[in-house]
Amino acid sequence: MSDPMKIRATMAGDKVEVKVLMSHEMETGQRKDSKGATVPAWFIQNVTATHNGKTVLSAEWGPAVSKNPFLSFRFAGGKPGDKVIITWTDNKGDKRTDEATIS
Amino acid sequence: MNRLAGAICTIFAAASIGTWAQFETSTSRTTVQEIERYREALADGNPAELWEARGEALWKEKRGPKGATLEQCDLGRGPGVVKGAYAQLPKYFADTNKVEDLESRLVTCMVTLQGFTPEQAKKDPFGGPGKKSNIEALVAYVTAASRGAPMNVSITHPREEEAYEIGKRIFFHRGGPHDFSCASCHGLDNQRIRLQDLPNLTRTADAQRAYTSWPAYRVSQGEVRSFQWRLYDCFRQQRFPELEFTSDASVALTMFLAKNANGGVFNAPSIKR
Repeated sequence: MSDPMKIRATMAGDKVEVKVLMSHEMETGQRKDSKGATVPAWFIQNVTATHNGKTVLSAEWGPAVSKNPFLSFRFAGGKPGDKVIITWTDNKGDKRTDEATIS
Repeated sequence: MNRLAGAICTIFAAASIGTWAQFETSTSRTTVQEIERYREALADGNPAELWEARGEALWKEKRGPKGATLEQCDLGRGPGVVKGAYAQLPKYFADTNKVEDLESRLVTCMVTLQGFTPEQAKKDPFGGPGKKSNIEALVAYVTAASRGAPMNVSITHPREEEAYEIGKRIFFHRGGPHDFSCASCHGLDNQRIRLQDLPNLTRTADAQRAYTSWPAYRVSQGEVRSFQWRLYDCFRQQRFPELEFTSDASVALTMFLAKNANGGVFNAPSIKR
């Protein structure tokens, strides 16, 4: 079970600015451990953000994204009090969903 | 012919030294600026917040043989007071009759309140690949509650004064295979290691800026690093014997550096390269 994301969603003019911190190892599959064995790839593959049931962001990620990634994006049509739901899925099938209220 | 070739080579070498010198001064200045820009860009999404959140959960979680939380832990401002506590550490604690920094105090609380053995409490002081450090998470949580507080470390108690003096001795003590002291790198202006500018810790402004920026999220390591880690790694870089986690020597050196940062505004966990 992975640690929760930190999500901030605030109004920036007429748009909603969402900032997300995710806790993830993001192993590339290129590294070796101290015994010389390859550390298997383990990274977030899909990220989606939904607002009122509508997908506002859908991203495919790969091993080039850093450990503990930070994602920032804006979308139109949100208002204070609405919820933004973020979900990520990694290449091992692990999944995490967290939500934040727009302020 | 040979002499001509030699002369050409000399001219060429002289010219390239000239350009190199110019190149170096102009890039070193912009490198510093670029590193600053990089830090600013990262500061907004500092992953240390993830450690702070995990630390807060650990602080409030019933753990150990006694099944207690750390919420009654006295960090120097009374049981359970976290806000502003780090800006006054290290300090003397009557219950242990010792000067303790944050990490050693956390160990004390984990032993007295939660019933862990000291060995269990000190296990995994620093996180690494595949292992998370509870201490570093707790440190992130407690230090974040001092953000904005001015550093105010006292050396009024004789034990505190003693720790400060010992810390000062350690800071200036030269030894090891490199015949290094902390002051070899941190007692002069404009020193650097690779591209990192090193603070001159004998100057108040530098000491304040440096101390108040630890703990920090190290992007290159993907971990939040505590001040105990900072000292541990400085000792390693000096090729000194390993600095034992929460040892009296580590606390004394922390005391010296923390006291010298008095008046500086605490602003961590920060983010570093």
